[in-house]
Amino acid sequence: MELQTTIYLVVALSFSLYIGIAIWARAGSTSEFYVAGGGVGPRLNGMATAADWMSAASFISMAGLISNMGYGGGLFLMGWTGGYVLLALLLAPYLRKFGKFTVPQFIGDRFYSQTASTVAVVCLLVASLTYIIGQMTGVGVAFSRFLGVSKDVGIYVGMGIVFFYAVLGGMKGITYTQVAQYCVLIFAYTVPAIYISMHLTGNPIPQLGLGSDMVGTDVSLLQKLDQVVVELGFGQYTTTTAGSTLNMFVYTMSLMIGTAGLPHVIMRFFTVPTVAAARSSAGWALVFIALLYTTAPAVAAMAKLNLIGTVNTAVASNGDLYASESSIKAEDRPDWMKRWEVTGLLKFDDKNGDGRIQYYNDKTKDEAVKAKAEAAGWKGNELSVNADIIVLANPEIALLPNWVIALVAAGGLAAALSTAAGLLLAISSAISHDLVKGVFNPNITEKGELMAGRIAMSFSILVAGYLGLNPPGFAAGTVALAFGIAASSLFPAIMMGIFSKKMNKEGAIAGMLFGLGITLFYVFAHKGLFFIKGTDYLPLIGGANSFFGITPEAFGAVGALGNFIVAFVVDKFTKEPPEHIQHLVESVRTPRGAKAVDGRH
Amino acid sequence: MDKSGEAYWKATLGLLTKILAIWFADLLNNIHLGGYPLGFWFAHQGSMYIFVALIFIYAKKMGEIDRKFDVHEE
Repeated sequence: MELQTTIYLVVALSFSLYIGIAIWARAGSTSEFYVAGGGVGPRLNGMATAADWMSAASFISMAGLISNMGYGGGLFLMGWTGGYVLLALLLAPYLRKFGKFTVPQFIGDRFYSQTASTVAVVCLLVASLTYIIGQMTGVGVAFSRFLGVSKDVGIYVGMGIVFFYAVLGGMKGITYTQVAQYCVLIFAYTVPAIYISMHLTGNPIPQLGLGSDMVGTDVSLLQKLDQVVVELGFGQYTTTTAGSTLNMFVYTMSLMIGTAGLPHVIMRFFTVPTVAAARSSAGWALVFIALLYTTAPAVAAMAKLNLIGTVNTAVASNGDLYASESSIKAEDRPDWMKRWEVTGLLKFDDKNGDGRIQYYNDKTKDEAVKAKAEAAGWKGNELSVNADIIVLANPEIALLPNWVIALVAAGGLAAALSTAAGLLLAISSAISHDLVKGVFNPNITEKGELMAGRIAMSFSILVAGYLGLNPPGFAAGTVALAFGIAASSLFPAIMMGIFSKKMNKEGAIAGMLFGLGITLFYVFAHKGLFFIKGTDYLPLIGGANSFFGITPEAFGAVGALGNFIVAFVVDKFTKEPPEHIQHLVESVRTPRGAKAVDGRH
Repeated sequence: MDKSGEAYWKATLGLLTKILAIWFADLLNNIHLGGYPLGFWFAHQGSMYIFVALIFIYAKKMGEIDRKFDVHEE
């Protein structure tokens, strides 16, 4: 079958599956709409959480990022998985015991203050909306690259699908579609990885292949990769770090705390039946996430070697990488390269006019590499590769059959849609439950609130679609911002609400505002006020990364620390929380008596 | 044995501290260890297996503490 037809068929099949589930899992009550009725088992919820969490960025971009960064890329792997340990130990079981529909409702009740809940709603909306822009553009990109339709059409189709199951089914519909989407995306991710690992190392398990010897030799894959990249002037793959030790540490911490504080992830743990289930469900979520996350570094290393081997035949023959016949002739380059050149993700520019493709690091500081390149008549690197290629074109680089390529398209869409749906639910429940019912109309009926939830959801989809169609200039930096906000505002407030009986509303509110403020201040100093070009104010803070060399993406953990400190100082000088709040904290801490989640304010 | 809420919370925090200490040591090690093959393997594979194990150990031990202090769910 023609490649394009196969892709259409596989994507259409996966979409009809999601629609089928949506019709089957309609929500009839607010409990079903917000928490899927509260009876989702820990394994099933773990699977849904994995899909909820793994976004277009995890699926499409992460392996490429690691491929470029080498050893230092491990900070994303550790940061985005280590957060689940914090979630399981510090937040999920206690919030489940508290037993209400939303994160702002916990903050509002625990700190006996509508102001606290409203501040939490604002933090939630900013974090979730910035996050969703990335998902909508991810849907558009996947459509335009694989299905040959424009990005806009792709976003409209994506909006339509999400509308169908999220508005109809709420959390119930989202939960079961996320389970299906997880299956699609993990299958799509691992199949090419198994093929490629088998091909390079003879070991079908990519996690083991990463540590194995190359087929027919006694040189390990990583040694081979190290040798090739160093010879071509890139940093050694297995040792290159990302910035200073302190920055790497703080960056990893920020990703961990941010992960644990993201409301759309926390919400998933309101759907399990018991406190014990919330604990083990976090473990299952991480099992399902780790399936992809431990495959990613294998894909990263193997695809990198494959890519270099495609343009330089000396990699396979162990010959001289700089011999003129080693670099392939441009006219002989494989079809997949031509296909991806059209999208601009791959660029070839014959700088020395010899009709061959030379791929190396022309900015290397290694004099020996420079001398060799010069002696060989190389006039600069001729191939530029977008990081996303590592996953998107991986099946083609490894010469896999068409149905595998189609699968990757469906997987990328599943990853983007499942995360978008989770975010939309977090946004719409904050509006319909915390704002409409909590602030404006406390006497709203169950039916009225369900309707308000559906309207808020539809409205959120329109906003998300609009932002996807007209991504603000800052789209690239937004996911990092979402983590920074979740880490610096929501995580500390929830944690103090559970672990400190005496923390009062003044402390919590001051802490959240300070954490949010200082993080935005530091990020905006680098990237401009609300990411508007030309409004950055680096001199004011003493230059780029002036705070101990910490980059703005890594600042969330510092904001969180500030949040804790300010909260405790303010708490010292203000009134203790009332007696009944201290009892509430005690009851949140013990599992017995956990009831079905409900929404009473 | 002291079966009060306070003793239960103390036991919970004790377990929490131990698990988080391992979690944190793993994180620090990774950043200091560097090098190949051990440091690389931990950063790109091993840590994630450790994290999974930590959560399940925590869930199991917490269940035991719940029962010991008779605050478990029916």
